[in-house]
Amino acid sequence: MPGLEDLYREIILDHYKNPRNRGTLEPPAVRGEGHNPLCGDEIEVFLIVKDGIVEDIKIAGQGCSISQSSASMMGVAVKGKTVENARAFIARIKHMLSIDEEGEPDTSIALGDLEALTGVVKFPVRIKCAVLSWNTLAEALDIAAE
Amino acid sequence: MSFDLQRVRADFPVLAEVINGKPLVYLDSANSSQKPNAVIDAMTSFLQHDYSPTNRSAYTMAAHATDLYEGARTKVARFINAPRAEEVVFTKNATEALNLVAHSWGSANLSEGDSIVLTHMEHHANIVPWQMLAAEKGFTIRWVPLTSDGLLDLTNINELLTGASAFSFTAMSNVLGTINPVKELCALAHQHGAIAIVDGCQSVPHMPTDVQDWDADFVAFSSHKMVGPSGIGLLWGRENLLDAMPPFLGGGNMISDVKLEGFTCADLPAKFEAGTQPITEAVGLAAAVDYLTAIGMHNVRQHEREITAYALETLTNRFGDDIVIHGSRDINQRGATLSFAYRDVHPHDVSQVLDQHNVCVRAGHHCAKPLMRLLGANATVRASFYLYNTNDEVDALADALAEAGDFFTL
Ligand SMILES: Cc1ncc(COP(=O)(O)O)c(C=O)c1O
Repeated sequence: MPGLEDLYREIILDHYKNPRNRGTLEPPAVRGEGHNPLCGDEIEVFLIVKDGIVEDIKIAGQGCSISQSSASMMGVAVKGKTVENARAFIARIKHMLSIDEEGEPDTSIALGDLEALTGVVKFPVRIKCAVLSWNTLAEALDIAAE
Repeated sequence: MSFDLQRVRADFPVLAEVINGKPLVYLDSANSSQKPNAVIDAMTSFLQHDYSPTNRSAYTMAAHATDLYEGARTKVARFINAPRAEEVVFTKNATEALNLVAHSWGSANLSEGDSIVLTHMEHHANIVPWQMLAAEKGFTIRWVPLTSDGLLDLTNINELLTGASAFSFTAMSNVLGTINPVKELCALAHQHGAIAIVDGCQSVPHMPTDVQDWDADFVAFSSHKMVGPSGIGLLWGRENLLDAMPPFLGGGNMISDVKLEGFTCADLPAKFEAGTQPITEAVGLAAAVDYLTAIGMHNVRQHEREITAYALETLTNRFGDDIVIHGSRDINQRGATLSFAYRDVHPHDVSQVLDQHNVCVRAGHHCAKPLMRLLGANATVRASFYLYNTNDEVDALADALAEAGDFFTL
């Protein structure tokens, strides 16, 4: 049976206790909003996208350690990257979390801290927590592209 | 009869489960209860020897199955002291029973300018059906607020009920454990000419029920929370109200005649039981009712009072200000359902650590989001106890909580 350490890696707890890029952004920043109806977790992702680059990201909302740390690590991972890179990252993370999507993700993308989320796969009920912020980011990117 | 906890536990085979060397500690009975051998055996035996459709066929087996099915109705009626068995309607679950009332009684009796009264502590099953109907019919919904210790705040109840057509409320909160004064609330509703609809999901499994003493008009509850199988729920209603209501679902079994021009309804209770019914489940439910009756609902309630007192005391002594238990501390006003916040540890994370110890609790909004907003929480941890839980299991909960605290010290 997987132990708690498999799920709650040190990096995850660190991002949970000290979340990066917390806050909100005013328009013209775009805002995506995600809910996990099962447990009530909520995430808001604010983005400033300029010339195809994610110039700034802020994350608000509240939830469990997995959803919050995943969001924090996500902000670090995509800030300053191109929209294309951010989308590839989303696909890569979903693949890592065993969520089937169309197309093959680019597994050459370095995961960095996000590697810590691999343990979540052993706790299937928590995958929804880990993926919430990434789905919300995808939605915010779509809004920014409109 | 005296209550022998070890004998009760021996009746529930799942309680002997050991996972990864640790015993199962099942503290999620407010969600759904475990089942005793009596129920499992009754259903198995029925499927092995007696299974047959009811009501439609003349052969001996079908007649026997019909007797068992109708026998279940009689047992449920006795269990809640309903005047007549025909007033007990089998549904899929309590949610369907409440939808039946909202749809059939509500659509015939509510229109623009009317109002009904609900409370801030309702389960979504007693909110959403009314909101769906209100969107269609244009009546208004008024809400009874709560006091700071999680009781109904009846200060303005007369104002709220003035002109209202129905007052629908839970007999016991599935989040706070609050036991509401059902008899008093039914009387208040009637004083104002409103009917009283009681969501008995959390109370019927845990204490004696007397719908005539309550003087209620409708009572809804679920078999799966009272040691019976899932897949069957119950609605009791006053005969004159049920008779006057249009049917809910249409199809076989609920008609007396069908012509090309239209149909006529069957008499109660078939009128509200369209299609093939949960026959095996009714047999299981009958066994559940027999089981609880033999133990005695007073004994169940007394055991739960004791374990609630022990849990409140243990958790408070061990964790002090680190734990916030919602709702009343008075065991006369609450059942054995405890929702709490533990330090700043998110309920999901608490339940994950508890799960490592096979301590099963529910973490989430418990299908009562308006109440959660009032508590200022998106989620709570909920431990709920039943007739088979022990003080040792309260201790196991506390031990596991202590570990969650160590793990997540912020
Ligand atoms: C107070 C209350 N009402 C209604 C329900 C709905 O019951 P069911 O899911 O069996 O339809 C529940 C169960 O969760 C409940 O606790």
